[in-house]
Amino acid sequence: MKISRRRFILSSAVVGGGLAIGYAATRPSDHRIANDTLAEGSARYLTSFLKIDPDNRVTVYVNHSEMGQGSHTALAMMAADELDAAWEQVRIEQAPATDLYAAGDMAIGFAGELGVPSFLMPLIETSAMKIAQIGNLQTTGGSASIRFTGQLGMRVAGAAAREMLIQCAAERWGVPADECTTALSYVHHNASGQSSSYGELADAAARLEPPEAPTLKERTQFNIMGRALSRVDIPAKVNGSAFYGLDYKTDDMLFAAIRLAPVFGTKLVSVDATEALKRRGVKKVIELEDSVAVVADNYWRAKEALKEVSAEFERSDNDSVSSADIAARFDEELTRSEGSKDFEAGDAEASITQASEIVEASYRVPYLAHAPMEPMNCTVHIQNGRADVWTSTQDPLAVRGRVASVAGLNERVVTHHPSYLGGGFGRRLPFNWNVIDHATRIAMQFSVPVKTVFSREDDMQQDYYRPAVTSNFKAGLDANGNILAWHNRYTGPIQTPGAAHIPYAVDHQSIRVVDGDTHVPIAAWRSVDHSQHTFFTESFIDELAHRAGTNPFQFRMELLHKHPRHQQVLQVAAEAAGYGRNLPEGRALGTAVQESFGSICAEIAEVSIGSDGKPVVHKVTAAIDCGWVVNPDTAKAQIESGVIFGLTAAMYGEITIKEGRVSQNNFSDYEMVRMATSPEIDVHLIESGASLGGLGEPATPPIAAAVTNAIYILTGQRIRELPLSKHSFRQNSTLANA
Amino acid sequence: MVTLKINGTEYTLDVESEMPLLWALRDELGLTGTKFGCGVASCGACTVQVNGNPVRSCVMPVSAVQGQEITTIEGLAESSLAQYEPGDLNAVQKAWIDHQVPQCGYCQSGMIMAVSSLLAANPNPSDAEIDASINNVCRCGSYPRVRKAIRAIANT
Repeated sequence: MKISRRRFILSSAVVGGGLAIGYAATRPSDHRIANDTLAEGSARYLTSFLKIDPDNRVTVYVNHSEMGQGSHTALAMMAADELDAAWEQVRIEQAPATDLYAAGDMAIGFAGELGVPSFLMPLIETSAMKIAQIGNLQTTGGSASIRFTGQLGMRVAGAAAREMLIQCAAERWGVPADECTTALSYVHHNASGQSSSYGELADAAARLEPPEAPTLKERTQFNIMGRALSRVDIPAKVNGSAFYGLDYKTDDMLFAAIRLAPVFGTKLVSVDATEALKRRGVKKVIELEDSVAVVADNYWRAKEALKEVSAEFERSDNDSVSSADIAARFDEELTRSEGSKDFEAGDAEASITQASEIVEASYRVPYLAHAPMEPMNCTVHIQNGRADVWTSTQDPLAVRGRVASVAGLNERVVTHHPSYLGGGFGRRLPFNWNVIDHATRIAMQFSVPVKTVFSREDDMQQDYYRPAVTSNFKAGLDANGNILAWHNRYTGPIQTPGAAHIPYAVDHQSIRVVDGDTHVPIAAWRSVDHSQHTFFTESFIDELAHRAGTNPFQFRMELLHKHPRHQQVLQVAAEAAGYGRNLPEGRALGTAVQESFGSICAEIAEVSIGSDGKPVVHKVTAAIDCGWVVNPDTAKAQIESGVIFGLTAAMYGEITIKEGRVSQNNFSDYEMVRMATSPEIDVHLIESGASLGGLGEPATPPIAAAVTNAIYILTGQRIRELPLSKHSFRQNSTLANA
Repeated sequence: MVTLKINGTEYTLDVESEMPLLWALRDELGLTGTKFGCGVASCGACTVQVNGNPVRSCVMPVSAVQGQEITTIEGLAESSLAQYEPGDLNAVQKAWIDHQVPQCGYCQSGMIMAVSSLLAANPNPSDAEIDASINNVCRCGSYPRVRKAIRAIANT
């Protein structure tokens, strides 16, 4: 399989074993560059991630985007704890989009996960920063900020800076370094009674080389990590002052509204803009290869004028393609093609012939849009041979590179100005470039800033979607209900290796992937391939449990005897959800579990069928083992968020293709879970002490199957196609107590 | 010319009478705390208060709110506290911090405006009343915390 950069970044094959140090965090050259080029006044950098002012304020430079996951706060907590800083004096800033802040530690982390042999890891560690710089890697995705940059970067930087401060104090006082202690941004030497603030030592400490492998704290030594500290970004988010990309504003700026070719991949043929150009505030109508844009002095004026533009786009072979055609093509491919190997164990072909019962099922999910709340937008200001960019992005460094390449500028003269993101979920990752490209090309025709905005409709129809996928299963059971063989063939591509693999003890498995390419552009969508495969595998294992006549929870527990962490999350979730208790009339519990992005998450959904025949999810109990927890409150918030994001997809999410283009327009036909449909969510964090796992994504995968497995118990209907809004249910009393 | 009274200040704007209030706020006055989410009054990110009532500003022509008391997130605390000092927060904003409600935060201006209106009219709403009046979209799924924060305010 060809590994594209995106697949490298978002790969989540789970490999054990942490890495001891984060070389990128303490590169002496970065430390020097930071002090030579960035330090202002008497403030000094100790490693490029930490700045200490004479008044003892510590600034942590975070090279990840804040899109609601709380990682700015948690990453700063990791650095500050190792530094033994006073948290009240810590400030957090988004690191600039420059080579210095490429996400080298993230590259090391993913290399480790991909299973790079240990003898090669030193090579990876020394070259990771270079790789990250060359690839413009400053990505926030793959639930990786805390477990990689935090663990390998922030903690190491904090510990290195602390050792530099101690060394400096020890030399100044003429005492052994190992007699010095640190607390609350001070170094102390108790025997001589001397103390010095970090601020007083920083200037001299900055002249030292950062230690390459500083000693990290044991968990019992943590003072800041492990505490439910308040997020630093929240105060600005309750009074309207938080700055998002869409909020950039100058008096002279212009605004662009755009109409893109409705059928993906087609080009603009002709435009009649006569009427639009007569409208108030309209400055220009711009024809691009695949789109037409109106530029005006107010976004609403641009958008209204765009309605007056008639544009013709070229015809294409895809003009008649519908979702039904795509589904039929997938079925044909799954029948016709052997595909390529995803995973094999034992001899699945031979074993299934021994089965006393064969169970077959075909599952299907549609395309999904990301629909972050902040519509896609990008402001570009090109003047005097340089460019400034304001856009909410999951990779500022990559945006800098992209704008430079489209505008024909050197990267060094392009500045990305940071902002909070109004949601990301994968939409704002590198390669999903449409808004960046269009905004740059439009702004190249002006010398003032131009803000290009995709309307909600534009974003719904011009996204890079979670792929539509069909997955076929065939399993053989013996007379005692044991699974002899597991056959699974699904449409690709594989964006996250391992997402279709099962943790269950089945000796003979054949998991294969066939071509699922269509003209619809796809990308990573929160939890990536886990979002669909967990629905498939956790539903089918449930089918097998019922067929075997075993309680689905027990069935899983027995088949997970080699996976005690899976068993534990299931056990904790089951106990908290009261699994096995007498439920209120007409309710049932459904279970699902999945390992993704280094964490294992079990969810139990309590469901009933409403009088309108639609499912009602009353409560979701989630248990997650993410190794250990940096901030329990932001961790819980991410689980709540992941559950609701997955529930929205399960209940309503469907992008359909008709005449080659997306049919949906807005939240009115791409519905969301809202207050009235949001369940109570009870989260249990399990600290097994294993390597840090991610939290932004792992709660999204299990929810669909947890709900549909409950629906099966309630109604006897096995849901093999999402979303649930396509189905109507009647309660089946004979199964109500199953 | 349109005269709008926003957060206690009168502004005279040379804009079309049909321009939605949202774009007058954001692109003409630079009051960017009010957010654009959908443009069709579906998501509630653009919610402001007009005479204390929640209004989706993305579909409200400026001509329809002339002479009315318009409150945006930037002026919410000042409009709802008897004795206001710059930097103060109203009860909803405080509860939003106490319960760490926002995630990406983009929808929260609208959410807070809607909840503030609800609680001013009905200080102790039932779950059903909350569900019926707060139908703003939060893609991050802050709903359980929104409910918890409303409950906490209602109980004080």
